[in-house]
Amino acid sequence: MNALLLRTVTSRLFWPVVMLLALVAINVIAFPGFLTITVKDGHLFGSVIDILRNGAPTLIIAVGMTLVIATRGIDLSVGAVAAISGAVACSILLGSSDPGSFGTVAVAVAVALLIALVLGVWNGFLVSVIGIQPIIATLILMTAGRGVAMLITEGQILTVDSAPFKALGSGFWFGLPVAVVIGAVIFALAALLTRRTALGMLIESVGINPEASRQAGVRARGLLFTVYTFCALSAGIAGLILTANQTAADANNTGLFIELDAILAVVIGGTSLAGGRYSLAGTLIGALVIQTLVTTVYTVGIPPIITMVFKAAVVTAVCLLQSPATNAAFARLRQRIAARHARVKEAAAS
Amino acid sequence: MTSTLDRPSAGTPSGRGSRRSAGSAGSSTHGRSRSPFDRLRDVLTSPKSGPVLVTAVLFVAVFVAGGIRYRGFFSGQVFLNLFVDNSYLIVLAVGMTFVILTGGIDLSVGAVVALSTMIAASLLQSGWSPGVVIPLILVLTSVLGLLVGLMIHVFKVQPFIATLAAMFLARGLCYVISKDSISITEPTFVALAVTRIPLGGGLSITPSVVIALVVVAVAVWVLGFTRFGRTVYAIGGSEQSGMLMGLPVARTKVIVYVVSGFCSGLAGVLFSFYTLSGYPLTAIGTELDAIAAVVVGGTLLTGGYGFVLGSVLGVLVLGVIQTIITFEGTLSSWWTKIFIGALLLVFIILQKVLTARRR
Repeated sequence: MNALLLRTVTSRLFWPVVMLLALVAINVIAFPGFLTITVKDGHLFGSVIDILRNGAPTLIIAVGMTLVIATRGIDLSVGAVAAISGAVACSILLGSSDPGSFGTVAVAVAVALLIALVLGVWNGFLVSVIGIQPIIATLILMTAGRGVAMLITEGQILTVDSAPFKALGSGFWFGLPVAVVIGAVIFALAALLTRRTALGMLIESVGINPEASRQAGVRARGLLFTVYTFCALSAGIAGLILTANQTAADANNTGLFIELDAILAVVIGGTSLAGGRYSLAGTLIGALVIQTLVTTVYTVGIPPIITMVFKAAVVTAVCLLQSPATNAAFARLRQRIAARHARVKEAAAS
Repeated sequence: MTSTLDRPSAGTPSGRGSRRSAGSAGSSTHGRSRSPFDRLRDVLTSPKSGPVLVTAVLFVAVFVAGGIRYRGFFSGQVFLNLFVDNSYLIVLAVGMTFVILTGGIDLSVGAVVALSTMIAASLLQSGWSPGVVIPLILVLTSVLGLLVGLMIHVFKVQPFIATLAAMFLARGLCYVISKDSISITEPTFVALAVTRIPLGGGLSITPSVVIALVVVAVAVWVLGFTRFGRTVYAIGGSEQSGMLMGLPVARTKVIVYVVSGFCSGLAGVLFSFYTLSGYPLTAIGTELDAIAAVVVGGTLLTGGYGFVLGSVLGVLVLGVIQTIITFEGTLSSWWTKIFIGALLLVFIILQKVLTARRR
């Protein structure tokens, strides 16, 4: 029992899960109907479903980001890529004669994702071939990308009227919001591909030491290309969902700060920015913590713009709780308690 | 101590180069047989001074090109306006240089600038004296920097995440103060905003420029001529070695974030002179401009190499691009972002090439 408790407390997911449960508890106290899910016209409704739907874009990007961070990299350009992908899709829809048809939407989505793919290859090229530090390599696209998105939208907010496109953001599949289904598929795909094959281990080995893993026969360069491309692709998908949700592409504000939210989700989930280890389950919990926090701030009645202060508090708390210094302090505390127990037993025995 | 630390950054590479050429020329004296061209190439390809010189050449070239293309561009006032419009960015870039030299990064500077303008605007509105408000802001932002530094050093949180948390905190606190723009009507601030210091010949600068230049001068002195400055370079070169040499690594690593916090606060005050208002959404993305200026100014992002004056030059390059886009008129403002991105790319690849040659 004690061993089980110890294992739970020292698990990397312990503090994030506690954080999530605490947030849910606050919500349930403040708003007793929080956990109820109702079925209307075959669709699920409820606060939990809202959290899942609004958190889906962050989760999708965070999954890509997790793999990038596992290689000791980081991708700051995801927000810009999301904006570009939304802008491309909307400008294609606006330029077509029949924006409501399924075919046009399919073409728009395909082209947008293709461009996201190209941007990912660009990031991968800078990082793996030229060897620029990831934070800077992607900073370039982060800075220039918003400019490119502005160029595509010609500085305007493109509003589209297309039912199939709108469904990406607010439609339902099998009773669940489309965004949630897409998020779940991408999460499952990433988890299966990296954890049921050796891919995940190879990615981690690149994160620990790219040179050593290359000499051990791991194609480090190819893996870096893959993770950056996958991350940009997931950013592109998230951008489409965000744009479809608003039925408008806004080059300045689509996906603004989403790179930070995604990185936070990854860090809260216990994946170290130093690379070499990652936890997709942790990322899922991290993304849920962030979105639940945002929702909590709404339901408790705090002005929503102050959310950032709470985000700062959560990040700081999680980082400090996970830090080596805190762990050492906890370990000392446990030792002291164990020693006292031993002394008490000795005293009782004598 | 100064000479010991100076050697790995400058002495060894050129020393190796001169020995090689001395051997081939069959001469035993160092450097005498080297042609001026060789020496020029050495300076240009050194990771220490190369990027700075390239930036300087680029700045002059862009400025001259602008002068040829646009009427009224090639004037002293256009040049001085680069300082007037970017004085706050110069101060930010100075603080960022300290942090990046140690191999860290500070993402919170833009939000701290916004927070400073908000504190200034709201306290001045409720009748506080500027003599109290300005020191208060500087103390508060330095304390924020101190907290970030402690988080990074004691709790081993990565600089990226710690300063990101500080960014969220500062931006959130802006909204706590007010979600609307507050204008500043306090006489001293207004006076500082409109005062022009004449330099003769119809040229003038603002008090902010003087403050920024003082900050630059102090930073040049601190980094170049004090133990603290040398330790900053040493940490960027190799933290482990610095520790083994007995340098105060812990203290220095915390202090650079205090310096960056202080500079952000001061930049915020200068920014409020410039805009005469506090607004929670100002200065979004300024941290990127500051980082870009430092990188374009030749500071290596892994730390250890770089100059404050290079960062100033970096700010001027960003400023001159902005000015050209204003003069062009037909180019939209988003081209600025694309140009800055492209420029960053060029400089980072340049740094990469220079450091690769040296290894």
